[in-house]
Amino acid sequence: MSTSNLTPKQRMQIARQEMPAQDPAVRRNNFGEVNLGMEAELAKLEAERCLQCRDPKCMKGCPVNVNIPRFLDLLTAGDMAGAANSLLSDNALPAVTGRVCPQETQCECECVRANRGSPVGIGYLERFVADWARSNQDAITLVNAAPKGKKVAVVGSGPAGLTAAGQLARRGYDVTVFEALHRAGGVLVYGIPEFRLPKKIVDQEVERLVQAGVKIECNVVVGRTYTVPELREQFDAIFIANGAGLPMFMNIPGEHYKGSYTANEYLTRVNLMAAYDPDSDTPIIKPRRVAVVGGGNVAMDAARTAQRMGAERVSIVYRRTKAEMPARAEEVHHAEEEGVAFDLLCAPVEIVANEKKWVTGLKCVRMELGAPDASGRRSPVAIPGSEFIIECDVVVSALGTRANPLLTQTCPDMKLDKRGNIVVDEKLMTSIPGVFAGGDIVRGAATVILAMGDGKRAAAAIDDYLMAKA
Amino acid sequence: MHTIVAKAQLSPNVTRLDVSAPRIAQIRKAGQFVIVRRGEGAERIPLTIADSDAAAGTISLVIQAVGKSTKELVALAVGDSIKDIAGPLGHPTELIEKGHAVCVGGGVGTAVVHPIAQALSKIGVHVTSVIGGRSKEWVIYEPELRNIGDVVVCTDDGSYGRKGFVTQATEDLLKAGGVDIVYAVGPVMMMKALAELTRPYGVKTIVSLNPLMVDGTGMCGGCRVSVDGKAYFACVDGPEFDGHLVDFGQLADRGTTYREFEQEAAKRCADGDCRIGLSNKG
Ligand SMILES: Cc1cc2nc3c(=O)[nH]c(=O)nc-3n(C[C@H](O)[C@H](O)[C@H](O)COP(=O)(O)OP(=O)(O)OC[C@H]3O[C@@H](n4cnc5c(N)ncnc54)[C@H](O)[C@@H]3O)c2cc1C
Ligand SMILES: Cc1cc2nc3c(=O)[nH]c(=O)nc-3n(C[C@H](O)[C@H](O)[C@H](O)COP(=O)(O)OP(=O)(O)OC[C@H]3O[C@@H](n4cnc5c(N)ncnc54)[C@H](O)[C@@H]3O)c2cc1C
Ligand code: FES
Repeated sequence: MSTSNLTPKQRMQIARQEMPAQDPAVRRNNFGEVNLGMEAELAKLEAERCLQCRDPKCMKGCPVNVNIPRFLDLLTAGDMAGAANSLLSDNALPAVTGRVCPQETQCECECVRANRGSPVGIGYLERFVADWARSNQDAITLVNAAPKGKKVAVVGSGPAGLTAAGQLARRGYDVTVFEALHRAGGVLVYGIPEFRLPKKIVDQEVERLVQAGVKIECNVVVGRTYTVPELREQFDAIFIANGAGLPMFMNIPGEHYKGSYTANEYLTRVNLMAAYDPDSDTPIIKPRRVAVVGGGNVAMDAARTAQRMGAERVSIVYRRTKAEMPARAEEVHHAEEEGVAFDLLCAPVEIVANEKKWVTGLKCVRMELGAPDASGRRSPVAIPGSEFIIECDVVVSALGTRANPLLTQTCPDMKLDKRGNIVVDEKLMTSIPGVFAGGDIVRGAATVILAMGDGKRAAAAIDDYLMAKA
Repeated sequence: MHTIVAKAQLSPNVTRLDVSAPRIAQIRKAGQFVIVRRGEGAERIPLTIADSDAAAGTISLVIQAVGKSTKELVALAVGDSIKDIAGPLGHPTELIEKGHAVCVGGGVGTAVVHPIAQALSKIGVHVTSVIGGRSKEWVIYEPELRNIGDVVVCTDDGSYGRKGFVTQATEDLLKAGGVDIVYAVGPVMMMKALAELTRPYGVKTIVSLNPLMVDGTGMCGGCRVSVDGKAYFACVDGPEFDGHLVDFGQLADRGTTYREFEQEAAKRCADGDCRIGLSNKG
């Protein structure tokens, strides 16, 4: 039921509001956040555009089914605390998802207004309400259930692990998160750059969980410090969310030369280890020209990071065309605005180096799109004799990641699929009773919100499992 | 937080720190290492677990001060603490079950080879340690290794033990025969020379590789090394590999990636712009 006085017709007349952003020419030289966030007036106006559909399609597009019309309605009515509590009860990390979800293929693509004009800026509004909640913690009234006297271990502190931990604590469980690195957040802190997702936000979200009673133990590498069977003896249930952290290589000659990085290494040095800060002890090569191979979010992040580290020319090398790029539309757009070049329909064949083994270029072959394959995608085919060299001193390969076998190797009873991902049933339970799994370790490299959806579902399933046993 | 409970200077630039890390002390095995981050802003660096005392809950780190991170670590005093220690990482050493093992350590590598010698002797393997340094004062872990088995000490200048390199002493042992395996830890070029030396004798040679590392969990791929023509991640697949199959040239090349940055950091350190002063209480 709408609380606004506007008629649907009046709502239809409001045009989509733009997200204020840092000027591209300025931001390509700094690590400050690109999107600046909306002012209250602008956000309210954008929220008024929601038609409060009786059968809200947007909710079906959301992997965690956030009740979008409800929080937008409360926002329009000026009830910020209501909007924040509504949003947070559906989504544990809205300040994160409001910034990194691919809204254009989820909620916003289902919005009825997308049929005629632009969809409601749901992502921007989610971010607006979540940011309000961050600075108004007292207004958040979600409370934990009475302690259940049972212990749950969560392995990995990425979005899947954090969401599960938060939900389990709220359900009254004694939760400990084990994280291999020295800082919690997973890809949110080591992969996604500061200018897209300020680390302070992740820290605040983690702090909120700690306040809610979640214990976080960093520097614990499960599979080494403890094995899953060892944890199983100490905890009533386990949720494994160790991500898909193993980088893939191009398997072309020259990948060992100095200046050849995986995106994981490049981004970890800059983000987690803060190599962009001159006071950090962690070194990074400061290149003049950079070639980033890949077309996903990771490639865009690496390219835009290199731009900010002072490179003169940064290009994305991708074997198909821009239309096939899997990255979020906004990231491709932002990268273009910042001056990242696109070497499209190019496939790397070799990394070349000088006699001191420093990278000097990336040899590529030009491609053309051939006939559509079984999936309808036109696959690229190499044009013989079209080899050329992109001059660069750093090559970053962003070709995707696979399951890291470190944990599963020490848990021989756990069933894995061919690619090394953990196999789970419809309740997200693995082949070991009481051990659940979710996020990228089950799905392969996917998205933040899908990982969070798994965390939420796993928490419910663990609750059911432990209550049935009690 | 991991408190430093004891500290000893072993040679002019090698220091031992005994640090509290109860879980790691309890389960670590020979050949494993930890990733250490001294405090905010510091690098994550790999260090071998040279020894441990499960009852006291401490591990020993033997650190050669070569650059900013290691210098800042050895400047810590008893009672100070290290913020992050993750481990034990890497695969434990593949131990032979019986026979004669030669454990070769060059410089700080002697501290790394010590736990291997210790583990071998515990299961009844005859151990001969060949250890070396520039001169007498650079030789470390000699008494500990003497408790375990035979020791041949080599110094470059002949000021102690035999004059010459560890390779020459090892060659004599190979010639005498009866060597079942060689474990070698030290500078890349020393390990390479040893692998070349043992190859014609057909004696299996295990080396412990020390590429640059970041996370130590197999996530970044920065530690990749080429073994038998294939890429392996030293932090999770190693750090020990069959020396006859390792591409040492590639390892040496990649190791120089940040030389300029390191020199710059060392210079800043020497100029007094270093956290050493801050990290000490006194
Ligand atoms: C650079 C980059 C940009 C991205 N951009 C976007 C984006 O814009 N939008 C989007 O939706 N998705 C994006 N993604 C994908 C998204 O980040 C992932 O799908 C998501 O983080 C998966 O969450 P997870 O919780 O399953 O795992 P992760 O976030 O990978 O977290 C796993 C955690 O487990 C820890 N861990 C691993 N092994 C162990 C172990 N043995 N013991 C203890 N802890 C362990 C890891 O250190 C890590 O902290 C991006 C990914 C990258 C790399
Ligand atoms: C598995 C493993 C176990 C190790 N165990 C020990 C140990 O027990 N004790 C110990 O003192 N050191 C050990 N090292 C080496 C140690 O990690 C490096 O010396 C340290 O990272 C150097 O950091 P820094 O900032 O002090 O020096 P930097 O300023 O980074 O480097 C100074 C000099 O040391 C060289 N260097 C840098 N990193 C390495 C490296 N990984 N290996 C060899 N030389 C390097 C540089 O090329 C440069 O010449 C180990 C390395 C690995 C991979
Ligand atoms: S140190 Fe990053 S993968 Fe080995």
